[in-house]
Amino acid sequence: MSGHSTYEPKTGFERWLDMRLPIVRFTSDHLMAFPTPKNLNYWWTFGAILAVMLGMQIVTGIVLAMHYVPHVDYAFNSVQRIMRDVNYGWLIRDLHANGASMFFLAVYIHIFRNLYYGSYKAPREVLWILGCVIYLLMMATAFFGYVLPWGQMSFHGAVVITNLIGALPVVGHSITTWLWGGFAVDNPTLNRFFSLHYLLPFMIAGVVGLHIWALHVPGNNNPTGVNVSSPEDTVAFHPYYTVKDGFGISVFLILYAVFVFYMPDALGDAANYVPANPLVTPQHIVPEWYLLPFYAILRAVPNKLMGVILMFGAIATLFVLPWLDTSKVRSMRYRPTARLYYAIFFLTCIVLGFCGAHPPDDAVIPAISGPQLLDANLNSFVWLSRIAALYYFAYFWVITPILGLTETPLPVPASISAPVLSHPASAPTGAVASPEKRG
Amino acid sequence: MLRKAFAFAALGLALLAAPASAATTQEEPRSLAWSFDGPFGKFDKEQVQRGYKVYREVCSACHSMNLMYFRNLGQKGGPFYDPKYDNPNNNPYVKSLAKDIQVKDIDTDTGDQISRPATPADKFAAPFANEYAARASNGGALPPDLSVMAKAREGGPDYIYSLLSGFRNPPAGLTVPAGKYYNPYYPGDLTSAWHGKGPPPEGGLISMPPPLADGKVTFDDGKPSTVKEEAMDVAAFLAWAAEPKMEERKAFGFGAMIYLLIFSVLLWFSYKRIWRNVAH
Repeated sequence: MSGHSTYEPKTGFERWLDMRLPIVRFTSDHLMAFPTPKNLNYWWTFGAILAVMLGMQIVTGIVLAMHYVPHVDYAFNSVQRIMRDVNYGWLIRDLHANGASMFFLAVYIHIFRNLYYGSYKAPREVLWILGCVIYLLMMATAFFGYVLPWGQMSFHGAVVITNLIGALPVVGHSITTWLWGGFAVDNPTLNRFFSLHYLLPFMIAGVVGLHIWALHVPGNNNPTGVNVSSPEDTVAFHPYYTVKDGFGISVFLILYAVFVFYMPDALGDAANYVPANPLVTPQHIVPEWYLLPFYAILRAVPNKLMGVILMFGAIATLFVLPWLDTSKVRSMRYRPTARLYYAIFFLTCIVLGFCGAHPPDDAVIPAISGPQLLDANLNSFVWLSRIAALYYFAYFWVITPILGLTETPLPVPASISAPVLSHPASAPTGAVASPEKRG
Repeated sequence: MLRKAFAFAALGLALLAAPASAATTQEEPRSLAWSFDGPFGKFDKEQVQRGYKVYREVCSACHSMNLMYFRNLGQKGGPFYDPKYDNPNNNPYVKSLAKDIQVKDIDTDTGDQISRPATPADKFAAPFANEYAARASNGGALPPDLSVMAKAREGGPDYIYSLLSGFRNPPAGLTVPAGKYYNPYYPGDLTSAWHGKGPPPEGGLISMPPPLADGKVTFDDGKPSTVKEEAMDVAAFLAWAAEPKMEERKAFGFGAMIYLLIFSVLLWFSYKRIWRNVAH
């Protein structure tokens, strides 16, 4: 799709530069003339939204680093000083702290869009894997960043997560000590987390470059999942998608601004406004909302090592997904059965997040005492997260491979333009399942 | 120290793996209508001024506010802000408030430690020299720093108000040891102290004696000083102290929202216009 270049240098200087560094040609080919399927819906604007959020986090983060002091004695107060004494420091810090949540919200929508429309399938496997790498780097960056304000949740979250490595047999404790830079989470840990928190976003930016490169080789998938077959199927990226993405970004920024200006602490934990104290453990140690589903999977397993393996397995599974999916049809628009399992999978992820936020032994339905099953009450978040975790893995490892072979998909349109032309006023997500059948 | 921290951390993990007795309970804080609620809410200056007086005359005997400076009282959005003195360090009222407090300093001629009256550039002086002194004077309990207290507890000012005005006589059957006080809003687990009928009451045992009393503080504006009024005012003061830039944040947000809304509408019409000839 990224075929031959359509760029024609217009001025003498552009011709001169084009012979030496074809940067204008590159920009023109990839950001302006790039042929993009014309039927992309708003779920596709989240790629651009994510790019904006990455930029936002890097810019606000660099300014915060000018004022932040990575030392156990000063970190908490330096963050407060940013909130109180730095000009517009509250704005920069609230943008950064809430920006992380917005970044994850956008990346989850981006991933779920991908799963629905089968964008990970051939020939976009490398594109998908690079996305998974970005997601992993994001989680690491968010974790390091959450430690920096050195509140109670920062400290004890860091203790819990780094101790997971200690579950590895033989080498676990040595690796944990090496990560800590000592025998406990302390000043050396905070220093290196700060250093890594500054480094990783630039690595993310690098992988994002590869991600976009890998996108521009096969080109965008689209809601029909059908390959682009003629120039009529596409429009130039600019101005068609710059304006559509621009609108999506602007609406997303409104949501972001609601959090930043009117409820900046809604997504955080009150305990993180208490300075870190190694001698007082908060009653419930919970990660930020975007890591809760994995936390639930971790706690679902009584054996710590198995819990850690399953938690990382939940992410590792994503990497092999393109080879687990046997379906010939990309988009779930034409896969009604798959759509049902997908809906359950989506709910499962929400349920897992819900489980991660509650103490494992609490009753899911209050005031009902369920029967005891093995080590825990059946009416507890432990069992709910076990059931949900089971479905999480079954969805990828059992349902997806089998369904692709057994289901009967609906007829797929011959080209992108076919369903578009029969539905000029088209088409929110999933609405256009096989128009030819309805006619 | 490190070893100890490690041991406690490990203990924390163990608790995490098996939180068998997660029976901590507390009553829901009473929800008040604060002047600073909502997207346009502002602090009631007079209320925050009264709250400062409650803090100064009651709370500051035990609680530090290490993140607060006297100048904060006179800065924009602060309770004693005076538009005539844009630099709060020049505000005479703030100067007089600071002057009443003695702070420790070093005499630069002799190197001796001295006490001198505070200036607006000084921090609120902490009541105790260190944690050990604070614990020694408070039966082993450490009065927490109040600078960000309104953000450090679920419920914020509602919780502070409920806690301060919510001390009750312990119900019959509850054993309250000397130096502890029953408060239904304080999180705790009263199972072991409970010998009455039925489940143990909600709440916990706090080391702080009921700090407020009717008439304990004389308000300069003549407001009758009931326990509820004092608790409400000091909660409002702590809410302001936890985020002195809150009014600036909301005002800035209003402009940002209008900008983004107009920008979105313009982009929407641009989108419609650019795509008008494309079937999609």
